Order: sequence, then C-alpha cells, then structure tokens
Amino acid sequence: MSDFVYDLIGLAAGVLFILALKGLSHPRTARRGNLLGALGAGVATVVVFFHGDLKNLGWILGAIAVGTIIGVPAARKVQMTQMPQLVALFNGVGGGAAALVAIVEYLNLGEKATTAVVIFTVFTVVVGCVSFSGSIVTFLKLQELMTTRPVVFPGGRFVIAATLAAVLGSSVWVVVELGTTPLLVVAALSLAFGILFVLPVGGADVPIVISLLNAFTGLTVAASGYVLNSTLLIIAGTLVGASGTILTRMMAEAMGRSLFGTLFGAFTAKPQDSSGAVEDRPVRSGSPDDVAILLNYARRVVIVPGFGLAVAQAQHTVRELADLMISKGIDVAYGIHPVAGRMPGHMNVLLAEANIPYDQLVEMEEVNPTFGQTDVAIVIGANDVVNPAAQTSPGCPIYGMPILEVSHAANVIFLKRSMRPGFAGIENELLYDPKTMLLFGDAKASLTKVVSALKAL
Amino acid sequence: MDLQSHMPVLTERQVSKMELTAIAVISIFTLSIFVGFEVVSKVSSTLHTPLMSGANAIHGVILVGAIIVCSHAKTNLELSLSVAAIILATINMIGGFVVTDRMLEMFKGKKGVEK
Repeated sequence: MSDFVYDLIGLAAGVLFILALKGLSHPRTARRGNLLGALGAGVATVVVFFHGDLKNLGWILGAIAVGTIIGVPAARKVQMTQMPQLVALFNGVGGGAAALVAIVEYLNLGEKATTAVVIFTVFTVVVGCVSFSGSIVTFLKLQELMTTRPVVFPGGRFVIAATLAAVLGSSVWVVVELGTTPLLVVAALSLAFGILFVLPVGGADVPIVISLLNAFTGLTVAASGYVLNSTLLIIAGTLVGASGTILTRMMAEAMGRSLFGTLFGAFTAKPQDSSGAVEDRPVRSGSPDDVAILLNYARRVVIVPGFGLAVAQAQHTVRELADLMISKGIDVAYGIHPVAGRMPGHMNVLLAEANIPYDQLVEMEEVNPTFGQTDVAIVIGANDVVNPAAQTSPGCPIYGMPILEVSHAANVIFLKRSMRPGFAGIENELLYDPKTMLLFGDAKASLTKVVSALKAL
Repeated sequence: MDLQSHMPVLTERQVSKMELTAIAVISIFTLSIFVGFEVVSKVSSTLHTPLMSGANAIHGVILVGAIIVCSHAKTNLELSLSVAAIILATINMIGGFVVTDRMLEMFKGKKGVEK
C-alpha cells in the first residue's frame, strides 16, 4: 500500500472520529456515533498491518489479543455504578500507553532525535504519566478503596509545587542532555506529580478531574503523533484534547464548580472543617409505615434519585414503588438532577436499566416549578443536589450549583444511610426542616419495606 | 547527476516523513482544535458521561502508534515496553467503545421522547 493511500485512509478515520463526537453529542445519534468511532479506530488499526512490512508481528498480535481479553470482559461485566471508575481506568491506561510509545520511540531515535521531537517526547511522557497515575487515584477514590474526601497533609502544597518544579527541571535536563536516565527520572517524577495532583481533589470534583485527564491523554496522543509522524494521531488526539476541554468546562458549569478551582485546588486546598455544631440538632426520623401512609394520601410524588440509589442497586425496587403508586392513581415523576450520582447523566443510565419509562424522568428545569404542587418529594440517596445551601449560603463549596428545589414540596422524605453529609461534605439544612422525615438504612432495604407497607394499606 | 545519486537513498517512508512540515503540523493541530470545540458545544448533561467515555475510547487509537514502535523495536527493552503499550492501548480502545455502547444501549427505544 502506498503512503498516499495509507494517509488517505488515516484521514478517513479522522473524519469518522469527528462524526463520532458529533453523533455522541445528540441523544438520537449517540449510539451510532460511538459505532462510527469504533469503525474509525478499527480501520486505522487494520490498515497499519497493510502498510510496510511489520516486524515482531507475533508480539503485536499477541499483545492485542491480551488487551482484548482484559478490556472486553471488564467493559461487559462492569456494573452501572462502577462505570465512572472504569472510564477513569481506561483513560489512565491510554495515557500510560502514549507515554510508553514516546519512550520507545525516543530510545529508538537516540542521537537522531531533533530538539522538536525531544520536546514533544518529553511532553508526552510527562502528561501521559500524570494522566496514568492521576486516573489510578481517581479510580481508587470512586471505587472507595481510599477516602473520597480531599487528602491534604501539612505542607502538601509545597510538596506538590516542588514536584512540579522538579518535573519541569528534569524535562529541561532531558532536552539538554538527551539521555535515557533523565527521561526515566522525568517519568518517575511525573507519576508522583499525578498522584499528588489528584489526592487533594475530593467530592464533586472527581468526575471533572477524570474529564480533564481525558483531555490530557488526548493531547499526549497528539504529541506522540508528531513524534511518530502520524497525521491520524495528531487529528484524533487534538480532537479529544479540544472536545475534552470543552466537556470538562461544561461539566464544571453543570456542577457549579469553577474549573480554575478544580485545576489549582491542589495548590490551595485546605483541610475542610466539617461543622460539628449542627449535628446535635434534632431530626424527625420515621418508619417505613409512616412513609407508606404519607405516600398513600399523596396526589403527586416526585422521586429524587442520587448516588445512594446506585450504590444500593435499588433502581428496580424504586420502579416497583413507583408502579405501585401509579396503580393507586398517584401522579409520579422522577426529578433528575444533571449531576446526581458520581457522573453527569448517571441517574438516567441507572433508571433506564430498570426500564423506567423515559417520560417519567423529568429534567431539573422542568421539575423545579412543579414542586409547589407536589405532596411528597422522596430523596433517595441524594444530598448535595437538593441542598438549599447552594442557593442560600455564599461561600459554601457548592454555592451557585443549580439544585432540585424539593424544599418547596409539602413533605420531604430522605432515605439515607446515616447523617453523614453528601459527597461534597457539606451539612444539609433541609434534614432539620420540620416537614422533613428521615428513613435511615440501605436504600434498597428501606424501599422494599415501604413497598410492602404500602401494599398492606 | 549529483541529485540522482542521492534520490535512491530515500525510501518511500522517509519521503512521507518529510512531507509533514512544521506548518502542516500546526495547521492540522489548529484546525482540529476548532473542530473539537465546535463539535461538542451544547451537549445535554445526560450525554456528558457517554461523550467523555467515547472520546476516551477514541484516544485509544494510540494503539496505531504502539504497533508502529513495536514493529521497529530492536532491543528487548524496546520490545517489552512497546508490547506493554499495545496491551494498554487495546484495553483503552476496545474496552472504551464497548463500555460506551453499553451506556448508550440503556437509552435505546426511548429516544422518541427526547426532542
């Protein structure tokens, strides 16, 4: 195959990637968009084998087989609740792959490397390693293998700043000295920086960081495209870098977070004071029977799902409850906050899994004006997205984030595991409101009890 | 005559490498940035996660780069690093597209309601 044809097919793959991103931006075309992307990636991969004679063919095919055997089952078997961390992990290994590619190409080029190539190589290694180790930390946080709260230690920001300075310093060292050792030092320091960069991030910022690291990985792919002289890699990597940056900004906006604060949170993070004073105030907790009675006499009920629903895998039980209420003539809707759960759109995916009719899922802007006519709002495992502090207390971390205004409903029921604050770690005043009733326990167990209590009425 | 003696040294691959001038790279990069910006503006928050996941899978195309470096790996170190790169890139690419499809599969048949 001639270079011209090869490059032309590469361009076609690039166009498929553009169509893929465009398709993924609209609900109706999203799935086709993803398939177009897969087609583009497939074409780009297959065509390499017909261009020039590849050496180490056995190794290449074997490695692809191993990757497939690991990747496909992981993607197939993952539960809905764990998808965010799987995406983080996939992003991390992509960044790691880009860093490795750059290192190998650098070893191969040796003396022949031009300064530009060395600079791009160093860039790929630094950002790829940061993306790799940073994504692993976000994975550990979301999987709750480590604390989800910001990890801040005394003098932490100086350690981070010093590490960043060391990364930059050793990068200059590579460009000047052109050795293997300096490059490995850069890689090690970058891995450390990635960990330190993500550790102080907590709460609602984690998904934003995943998106940001995703954009980072895109840029490393573009840079390695320059090193390898591959137009396709430059196009694909830049596309992901650019669209990932926009997406990160959109996610930050939807959550009412400042992107700057997320980015540089590592340098400014202070240990958060959890206000202990308010915790002693009385709350009204009820039994499943109390909840069932309240629901039985309601005309309109809005269900507000959150991460607790996902954790408890209660999507089928909540549907059972909703169906039961509908059969009793109660008007039921789900109020979906765009960022409920750990990722934007998390709730839509989760509830769709339980085959809940799409027209029952009402977006925030549409459901908010209806809370005034709502008898009961059931908040299942959500907290930050209904916290009035976002509207009333300037200076609190979620201030400015749009919320579901459940406080306008006549009654509010919270299904919670404990009085622990939400993911963002902020106390919720609504819990102490006289019209609020709390039902403690695992969301699925509580809902099951409410369902049987309601059936008995 | 002098020109002739130099030409055969250049293989096809090297010629193609020379084609990618600095201005070509900068042009491709700049235009791709704008396309990337334009293509995802105004996305419903419902699709943020699948879109991120899809974009994530697309950068798995680094697999192509991993295959190329593996092909001309000379030492055992280069070979083992590039084999690792291929494994990781394959996980990123194939796993990424599969998991995105699974997310979007959930919405199937319900799109008529969406405007």
